[in-house]
Amino acid sequence: MRAKFVLSEALTGLWRNVTMSVAMILTTAISLTLLGAGGLLYVQIQETKDVLRGKVEVMLFLNDDANEQQRQTLKQRLENDHQLVRDVSFESKEQAYERFKELFRNSPDFVHGVQPDALPASFRVKLLDPKDYSDLANKYRSADGVSRVSSQQEVVSQLFSMIDAVKNTTFAVAVLQGIAALLLIGNTIQVAAYSRRREVSIMKLVGASNWYVRLPFILEASMAGLIGAAIGWLGLILGKVFLVDGALKPIFSSGLIPIIQWSDILLTGPILAFIAIAISGITGWSTLRFYVKV
Amino acid sequence: MGARCAKSSLGAGCAGFAGFRSPDFRFQPDPSPTRALSLESIDVITLESVSKRYPKSRRPALDDVSVGVDKGEFVFFIGPSGSGKSTFIRLLLREEIPTSGKVTVAGRDLGTLRSWRIPQLRRSIGCVFQDFRLLPNKTSAENVAFALEVIGKTRPVIRRVVPEVLSLVGLEGKENRYPSELSGGEQQRVAIARAFVNRPLVLLADEPTGNLDPDTSIEIMRLLDRINRTGTTVVMATHDANIVNQMRRRVVELDRGRVIRDQHRGVYG
Ligand SMILES: Nc1ncnc2c1ncn2[C@@H]1O[C@H](COP(=O)(O)OP(=O)(O)OP(=O)(O)O)[C@@H](O)[C@H]1O
Ligand SMILES: [Mg+2]
Repeated sequence: MRAKFVLSEALTGLWRNVTMSVAMILTTAISLTLLGAGGLLYVQIQETKDVLRGKVEVMLFLNDDANEQQRQTLKQRLENDHQLVRDVSFESKEQAYERFKELFRNSPDFVHGVQPDALPASFRVKLLDPKDYSDLANKYRSADGVSRVSSQQEVVSQLFSMIDAVKNTTFAVAVLQGIAALLLIGNTIQVAAYSRRREVSIMKLVGASNWYVRLPFILEASMAGLIGAAIGWLGLILGKVFLVDGALKPIFSSGLIPIIQWSDILLTGPILAFIAIAISGITGWSTLRFYVKV
Repeated sequence: MGARCAKSSLGAGCAGFAGFRSPDFRFQPDPSPTRALSLESIDVITLESVSKRYPKSRRPALDDVSVGVDKGEFVFFIGPSGSGKSTFIRLLLREEIPTSGKVTVAGRDLGTLRSWRIPQLRRSIGCVFQDFRLLPNKTSAENVAFALEVIGKTRPVIRRVVPEVLSLVGLEGKENRYPSELSGGEQQRVAIARAFVNRPLVLLADEPTGNLDPDTSIEIMRLLDRINRTGTTVVMATHDANIVNQMRRRVVELDRGRVIRDQHRGVYG
């Protein structure tokens, strides 16, 4: 009976002040969507970094006039470099062009604009430890026949810093929205406490426990938080359907960034719900400490 | 006239109560030793050198007040407006804390009472006010039931006890009226029913007749008197001279926060 009483009080409270409740729920939802998106990006970046580190190759581009002997010498040196090198392979100009054509097969105009012999031949080196990239670069940069040492690592780290920036912006906006949501929750609780001040004063007079007086308000806030979390989660699901699997599909299908998995998104739901309930409940409680004194 | 009034209410009131009290509805003392002790040997209410100074006010609302109220007593607190009567009552409810001095109610030192224990204190105190403080959207029965619901009484208990207490205060047949459908006197009866339904040790009344005409006031006083005769201590703040003179009970007179008279079977002044 008491549970029913307390629950219906909370629902009535939400309904009594619908506009405010809607504002509170939407703000909470936006904040949580962004928080969830930021979280997903964060997890993604960590995973991607680990995967890519193992795959990244360092490329030693050869001068166009490098002769066969220089090439053989370089190959020997690399193959015997057991400190740094795990594996070496050679890519001729022709192979480079083939790979280039394959990579950009969707942009034939671009491929046409590039001469078959414009791309340099290279040694592609897999490192024992990807972090030793600069050691290898320093060691071989001035070797005979080498024009340039380059690593996918550079491209990858640029990509990462871009995603990092997106992630950080997302978190920052999530925090701002979160603050707005907290203020709205606090305000809603104040309004609710004011509109129920008669009941509250009688409850206190006849000796209702503090929990009993405050619980309907806290439930009201938590319920709004929970609805916000549900909407936020829905936002993430829509984002997955329309952005990750939709508009942004080309970026993800390049294979460099693993696609954000459904399992991750599903897992985000309960996490958001927990955060929403905890934070709105705590906000409700502390607001009431000011407005519903014993 | 006043004495007759009290006497006539005595017989009828007591008989009514004796029949009314069912075993599980009787006041049951807390088994804890302090409480049991307080019931036998300590005053229900004591104030020792209590002063209360509100922030931003020049003079204290209560100034070095020491009084004790025995179990079962009926005490009037009288005095001009601003003399500190309501402040006294707020201190007993622990709505305010004294600036200095010690307040005990039912053996509890309110100065050291932890805030989570305040609800327990208030369950042993009933309180009525000049403005009734009923919920306008609830009937008389619902108003009384609300007070029981929020302290966790079970529905069967509520269903049994509410009609009993409403008929005790003389409101049979008006259980389903809203406050707007009741006279002032009847509204105050609902408030008294709500205050008394838990069988409090003490009933505090802050100008309970302040909004009522003389005849209705006397009826309310009869009711309070009957409640007092069940052993409930009654503390009533008032400046209704007529009532005080008729009742001939203990009178504590306050003036600018000081006790200037404490008289057994007193009159208004
Ligand atoms: N919350 C408050 N803040 C500041 N001063 C207060 C407060 N409440 C009461 N006072 C002051 O304390 C003094 C005593 O007030 P109190 O309400 O106890 O008087 P009272 O005897 O009940 O008066 P009345 O008969 O008019 O109800 C008054 O001077 C009043 O102005
Ligand atoms: Mg007063």
